[in-house]
Amino acid sequence: MASFSRRQFLAAASALALAAAVDPTNLQAAAAADGPVRGGTLSIILQPEPVTLTPVANVAQPTQVVAGNVFDGLVTYGFDLKPAPQLAESWEVAPDGLTITFRLHKGVTWHDGKPFTASDVKWSLENVWKTIHPRNKALFENVSAVEIPDDHTVVLKFSKPSLPIFSVLNGVGAPILPKHLYDGTDILNNPYNNKPVGTGPFVFKEWRKGEYLVLERNPAYWDAGKPYLDKLVFRVIPDAAARAAAIEKGEVQYAPFNPVPFRDVERLAALPNLKVETRGYEWLSPVLYFDLNVENPYLKDVRVRQAIAHAVDKAALSKVVWFGYGKPAVSPIPSTLTAFHDPSVPTYPFDPKKAEALLDEAGFRRGPDGVRFALTHDFLPYGDDYRRTGEFLKQALKRVGIEVAIRAQDSGAFIKRVYADRDFDISSSYNAAFPDPQIGVVREYWSGWLGTKTPWTNGSGYRNAQVDALIEKAAVEGDPQARAAAFRAFQQIVQRDVPTLPLLELKFFTVHAANLKGAVEQGDQVYSSLRNAWFDGPNADAPKGN
Amino acid sequence: MARYLKRSLGQIAFVILGIAIINFFLLRLAPGDAAQVMAGEAGSATPEYMAALRQQFGLDQPLYVQFLAYLKNLLTLNLGYSFRQGMPVSELIAQRLPATLLLMGTSIAFAVSVGGTLGFLAARHAGKLADTVISSVALVFYATPVFWIGVMLVVVFSVLLDWLPVGGMASIESGLTGLGYAADVARHLILPALTLGLFYLAIYTRLMRASMLEVYGQDFVRTARAKGVRPRRIALRHVLRNALLPIVTTLGVQLGSILGGAILVETVFAWPGLGRLAFEALFQRDLNLLLGILFCSSVVVVIVNLAVDLAYTVLDPRIELS
Repeated sequence: MASFSRRQFLAAASALALAAAVDPTNLQAAAAADGPVRGGTLSIILQPEPVTLTPVANVAQPTQVVAGNVFDGLVTYGFDLKPAPQLAESWEVAPDGLTITFRLHKGVTWHDGKPFTASDVKWSLENVWKTIHPRNKALFENVSAVEIPDDHTVVLKFSKPSLPIFSVLNGVGAPILPKHLYDGTDILNNPYNNKPVGTGPFVFKEWRKGEYLVLERNPAYWDAGKPYLDKLVFRVIPDAAARAAAIEKGEVQYAPFNPVPFRDVERLAALPNLKVETRGYEWLSPVLYFDLNVENPYLKDVRVRQAIAHAVDKAALSKVVWFGYGKPAVSPIPSTLTAFHDPSVPTYPFDPKKAEALLDEAGFRRGPDGVRFALTHDFLPYGDDYRRTGEFLKQALKRVGIEVAIRAQDSGAFIKRVYADRDFDISSSYNAAFPDPQIGVVREYWSGWLGTKTPWTNGSGYRNAQVDALIEKAAVEGDPQARAAAFRAFQQIVQRDVPTLPLLELKFFTVHAANLKGAVEQGDQVYSSLRNAWFDGPNADAPKGN
Repeated sequence: MARYLKRSLGQIAFVILGIAIINFFLLRLAPGDAAQVMAGEAGSATPEYMAALRQQFGLDQPLYVQFLAYLKNLLTLNLGYSFRQGMPVSELIAQRLPATLLLMGTSIAFAVSVGGTLGFLAARHAGKLADTVISSVALVFYATPVFWIGVMLVVVFSVLLDWLPVGGMASIESGLTGLGYAADVARHLILPALTLGLFYLAIYTRLMRASMLEVYGQDFVRTARAKGVRPRRIALRHVLRNALLPIVTTLGVQLGSILGGAILVETVFAWPGLGRLAFEALFQRDLNLLLGILFCSSVVVVIVNLAVDLAYTVLDPRIELS
């Protein structure tokens, strides 16, 4: 949504009113061959097993993968990250940015048959988005009132503008819960969290913990004729080699979020019955980075941080460690966020000589053994790719005279060490930027997070009043141009200071059966529903789980 | 005997309580807590969210309050609640128990019967071709990593030959009941049970061979031979029975670990057993669940130990319990 001006909004709203229920994505599907075929069971890899199926307080990846099929959102996002209507047919933003009106689709029902109305949206906003949803709290903070003049209209009143909300209005970003099942209950412990009731194309049927989870076609889905598949079976397969075998054998036909190691991808991609797809993750736009702890006696010197930036060859890192599934990052705001990304920021081309010169200048000369100083590196404990990224860093820094000791731990220990104890020098991590930097990027730099011990916030310990001011200004700026300018200024400063070194714009991948059509059609596909997916060929008849 | 049992059971209660208390404090040494892990998985969090989680999990209470609550639960045989899974611990364990018992029971039964037989044959033909073949095969299985055997079996029998399913415990949504369901589970069971069984098989083969050869060298065997007893009868009645003691000991150790399951095999074959549950609980710092599983395991270990002691007296009348 990021790039929408208010005028464009109005134009889009009227155009969409005409298009009404026609989702632009099914035009593509309908164009294929003889059109979508009904029927079939799709087996999907779900890894790791989710904790809950309702993306309210826990927005972990597997939860959202399932919930995206159960819960429709107000909008979905295209590959260009612009919002497309879903439960909201159209919307208007008042010129001052302080009022937003959503017109809801009529005739939508919850899976239990109760009608979906504006009061469900109001209740969810007031009781979930504004309170316990970990990403949205700050975005909906300035909503001063929610009015529902009728069952199909929601009017949000803001005390200050909050444009980034248009980047989180899909089914998992701003989950709409059935008020009649949640009102007055303890939301975190509501039994429906694990047997969700939504408005989406698939209805929850069964969850056998440790084994599988089944969703069935919603025959009363508001987008008539959809979904095409009869059933979705999510299978928990903890071992990567077994996942590769299940995909290769065709027992599983859809596997999002890097289900197999990179070395297996090439082999699988060469098989005629499989397809490897990197689209569908645009809404996430993940960026891999190193946090350089600015409280460290060496790393507190900006020249040392810049030297490290010059010492790491991002192109080689992409090629050697990430098998090309990553594009060297220029700025913490990835290039997919076209309205905000600033390619003119200070860059640090691979240049060991310059790195050494900067380190000399900082006063850290090589000792008799060729070593300037030693640092530790704690890599993100999410698998081998991050460990190898750490090994790459070790080699790169050794070349310029910095010894790096790599430490491994599990994720509980990693989070405590980096974000609570702050007992580290360099850590690796990735964050999802989302379509607006306000959601995913600024939390790495805003000093307000320091001392709160909150995971995935300002890991470097960076404090810059100017940066804080820019972040706070952009949060409540109503003019899209002025916001973009604030973010450009922000990028210039943080790339000069490099408390956090952006490395790669990661490309996650999905492996799916070649005869599965319509499975990747949106920028938020992996967290949205498979309502457009259908089998072109034999799988439609009788695919069993195995 | 009755006195022995009575005294043992009394001791067992203390041992189990002691283990439970040590576990409680030991697990709290692991860095990070369940709230941090959950917030970490979510990819974003707010301090309020973390505080709400800690309050829900009871982690905001002082340690001694948590400990007293745990102790009280334990003494009333209540294993507590797993907030992460949203289910009572006893229910979670009961859900996974059948799968674990089936896998471990099948593989251990396979290993003891086949391994024992192979070891018996090897010992009877010590030094001959049969012995060399059996010993070499046992050594290969013993030395090969379990997960590698598992993955290779999958590649050959599931992917290449397409005879057996890749993983899981039953066909999903197959609607099978009764015998059809049993056959379906059996098909899923073959590879994991074989993988685990082959490793154990190697142990029993080697153990049986070694302990039989040891008994063969003893005086009473020579006497029996001199008496003219047939070699077959010597092997079965004199040697095998005496050689069984170390097997029973090993079996006891293995049965004790039965609830721990086989994490690697359960992971490779997506088998919904207790081992995986415990392993994941550890990473997720789901301490209530982990403590519950460890508690049940400790109960099984001490009871199996007692059973092994009793089995000794049956196998070897010279051993007395006092």
